Amino acid sequence: MTLHPTSPHFKDNAHRAMADAQLQKALGNTRTGFIEKRALAMSKLPEFDALRDAARDIKNHTLAHLDLYLEAFEKKVVEAGGHVHFARTAEEANDIIVGLCKQYSAETVTKGKSMISEEIGLNAAIEAAGMKAVETDLGEYIIQLRHETPSHIIAPAIHLNKEQVEQDFRRVHTDLPKERDLSQPTQLLTEARGVLREKFLAADVGITGANFLIAETGTSIIVTNEGNGDLTQTLPETHIVVASIEKLVPTLEDASQLLRVLARSATGQDMSVYTTFSTGPRRAADVDGPQNYHVILLDNGRSSMLGGEFEEMLRCIRCGACMNHCPVYHAVGGHAYGWVYPGPMGAVLTPSLIGVEKGGNLPNASTFCGRCEEACPVRIPLPKLMRHWREREFERNLSPAVARYGLSAWAVFAKRPKLYRIATSVAMRVLGFAGRRKGRFASLPFAGGWTKFRDMPAPQGRTFQEQWRDRGGAR
Amino acid sequence: MSSARGDIVSNIRRSLGVTGQEAPRRFAVTDRLTRAPTGVIPARGQRDGAARIAMFREQAVAVSATVAMVESAQAAPAEIARYLRENNLPAILRRGEDARLAAMDWSAAGLDVSTGPSDGDDLNAVSHAFGGIAETGTLVMTSGADNPTTLNFLPDNHIVILSAADLERDIESVWDRLRGRFGKALMPRTVNMITGPSRSADIEQTLLLGAHGPRRLHIVIVGSAPHA
Repeated sequence: MTLHPTSPHFKDNAHRAMADAQLQKALGNTRTGFIEKRALAMSKLPEFDALRDAARDIKNHTLAHLDLYLEAFEKKVVEAGGHVHFARTAEEANDIIVGLCKQYSAETVTKGKSMISEEIGLNAAIEAAGMKAVETDLGEYIIQLRHETPSHIIAPAIHLNKEQVEQDFRRVHTDLPKERDLSQPTQLLTEARGVLREKFLAADVGITGANFLIAETGTSIIVTNEGNGDLTQTLPETHIVVASIEKLVPTLEDASQLLRVLARSATGQDMSVYTTFSTGPRRAADVDGPQNYHVILLDNGRSSMLGGEFEEMLRCIRCGACMNHCPVYHAVGGHAYGWVYPGPMGAVLTPSLIGVEKGGNLPNASTFCGRCEEACPVRIPLPKLMRHWREREFERNLSPAVARYGLSAWAVFAKRPKLYRIATSVAMRVLGFAGRRKGRFASLPFAGGWTKFRDMPAPQGRTFQEQWRDRGGAR
Repeated sequence: MSSARGDIVSNIRRSLGVTGQEAPRRFAVTDRLTRAPTGVIPARGQRDGAARIAMFREQAVAVSATVAMVESAQAAPAEIARYLRENNLPAILRRGEDARLAAMDWSAAGLDVSTGPSDGDDLNAVSHAFGGIAETGTLVMTSGADNPTTLNFLPDNHIVILSAADLERDIESVWDRLRGRFGKALMPRTVNMITGPSRSADIEQTLLLGAHGPRRLHIVIVGSAPHA
């Protein structure tokens, strides 16, 4: 793992993010756009929920037979003239890819957007070997110039405003006229298009991720809107695909079901602009396309998630809908999560991949409002999985002492219903009496952290259970 | 030294509690790969005749492609010449070796057409689609000398000719036809599905056309009768 996680410091990260005016301005764009677009796309497709069920079932079936589908996939890639490499860890994957780049005497390597390459820290490995890695997705290109990591899995530069991008372009593209106008997003896009076009044409190796791998045909699929992934994999002599093992699906038909929910959940598009199916290297009669085609299949902890309580996370198709709908993500952005995957999916996946010691903070960054699960195209019960992590964190004595004592004290009451009723009834009356004037508390003992940012409403004097009983709700 | 492949596969089997030799599991996999069952097909694309073309057109226009219809293949070059003229583009085109394109009289329409893949210096390209998908307004392109992949991405303006007879209801029908053409479980090197011109919303979520691929996509539908 070349990227040092700051996930253990989530709380500090979140505080800094909330105080960052630039970031808060940029995050304003995330709170409505994606949600409205997805809702509109869903409303135009009555079969959307049935497709989500189908997508979930396809992923479950594939995971239950993953060993056999991997073997089938490998066989078909080889038949098509490609090569398959297995990598147990990030380091192994990097070694294989750097080795291939050297073997093909690469100087410049272009890259399509790939979260797996972020997970393994591939750019650093390529640069350490003396080659140049160029991100070609516009958002990825921008954050590479800034030496940052993506803050969103499908919109990596969502934390930035256009003025910041303009500054970076002026800083890096020094051979362009100083007086040029870059005040509009369209001018920034045109400039990036020109700069990156030269890189595409000069590259020796192109590396892409894969949204899906198809066992039936040995095919890798990439889904993009910009066309950068296609230029990355079409123009250089060598195309390397780096993908994790759970990207597999059985057939072209299965991939088609998943494609119908992917773009709608991500950007609200019925279909992304470019959906590309690649099978092996250039054929005898071809006039373009790569001469060499390699697929790296990365495990990095996933095979151990199978059969366990986090297996359902392996259904994830990386659409980003969970973070688009997450109030915590909206408030703090992606970088606060401190590693590669932010938002609810990151909160579940990160502890699985880097360990609960480092990632255990993230599952606590949730209000359990349930919007992520509602939006998930493959119906991953994200709140339930976050709860599993909280339990594990507690069991392993990793949660803070105050929280543990508090929970132990609460457990004493929770296990004794009569005592619980008496204690809460007394507490509600005392608090209700104390707060009767203002109706709220600006500070409370033991709750300073909570009341620092908001007032605690004073109780009305009676507990929920009492009111429930009076209304005839109790059995 | 143990191999990465062996370790990963055995770790998967250990986690799943299987050996890989169980007959029912092996059957489930072979059966699915052989039958390739279709799943949920949206009703939206399930139309015939003019209604299917109208659906394709509506979807393609919604993603900022332009669509024109001509009666016959012979009329395509004139329509393309009109399109280039109206957009103030030079009457120069790059195309592949596709026999249907080769049979068209380009010079009669005043177009200067060269043949082969693109090296990045071509402003306009014309390709012939393998098929279209009414459900989403998507073009399906297959790689090869007939329609080189580079023409789909490098030129600024991409013009695609789609025979109405090749317009399918849904993506699944495309797979059926591809299997008929290339064989079961065999694919051309690349299948490009194209739904509108290139775009990006990576800067402040502002959607802009013309990211790295073509800035414009013009679709010319030949004929008016999709296959049944």
